Amino acid sequence: MVSLQQAQQVGLPFWRAQAHKETKPMHKVQAMTDKTKIAAQFIQAIPHAKALGLQLTHIGHGEAEIIMPYNEALIGDPKTGVIHGGAVSAMMDTCAGAAVMSHPAAPGGTATIDLRIDYMRAATPGQAITTKAECYHITRSVAFVRATATDEDTDRPVATASGAFTVEKR
Amino acid sequence: MAHSKPEPMQVVKQRRDATLNALVQGVPYIQFLDITFDRRGDELTGVLNFDEKLIGNPFLPAIHGGVTAAFLEVTALISLSWFHLWPLIENGELTPEDVEGGNMPAFPKTIDLTVDYLRSGLPRDAYARAYISRAGRRYASVRVEAWQDNHDKLFAQASGHFLMPELKTE
Repeated sequence: MVSLQQAQQVGLPFWRAQAHKETKPMHKVQAMTDKTKIAAQFIQAIPHAKALGLQLTHIGHGEAEIIMPYNEALIGDPKTGVIHGGAVSAMMDTCAGAAVMSHPAAPGGTATIDLRIDYMRAATPGQAITTKAECYHITRSVAFVRATATDEDTDRPVATASGAFTVEKR
Repeated sequence: MAHSKPEPMQVVKQRRDATLNALVQGVPYIQFLDITFDRRGDELTGVLNFDEKLIGNPFLPAIHGGVTAAFLEVTALISLSWFHLWPLIENGELTPEDVEGGNMPAFPKTIDLTVDYLRSGLPRDAYARAYISRAGRRYASVRVEAWQDNHDKLFAQASGHFLMPELKTE
């Protein structure tokens, strides 16, 4: 995972942008463009996230949302065109890490300590997969995260994940 | 035929390797990550051939945690299929042509996978081996370990459960 400080070095100051937004309210459209730009930069900085075509659509306050468009290169079952579970795992790990880094109590970067993924069903071929992650508890050293992945049928999860991440000191 | 002559070694090797290759090359996602398999008898070692697009943290740099999870999952799935199909490959019921033609039993399905991240994945090739703790008729329990330069220093390990396909060629 890219740490926040490292992200700032390459111009991904979403942590600072967040604080800035709270102290000095910006024009809504301006804030939106900034956020989209920051999100795009965050993904661009992670080669594998780029390779998967991940799009960060929401980040902040310990929550993140990532979309992975359907891509034939990621197929796990050539007979049906279903996306491989590994690609879903990779996007869930990215999303969970992004949620940790966006938490107000996580000053630095993060790394995965452990991640458990449960697969409920195959994602429908041709549909994008969306993962929402929430950092629901954080201590000085560990962040606890839950994530859920769905396709267009948002009522039935494709996969869920729960994990522990490191909290690095600033 | 009381004493049939054993098959020439090259014939046996060719059949085993061709079946394994067909199994691995039929999955786009395994090609996307460039995972290959080394075979010694029935023992398989997964090889994650390093590429820049596998990077998750460009500043360390380190392999993406999601890639590690996917590598462990792919190794578990291929190894499980391999041991599941081994008797059919050996008695000639399943030929490389069957597998290439898509006429093969489905892959096992991942139910869950728990990954422990022990150290960061260095930007070089990684290896993984799966140990099947139990393969029942319906469910299998598998442990997988991954290392880089030194097999004694694992960088990740995982344990997962899989739903087994019915063993019959279509």
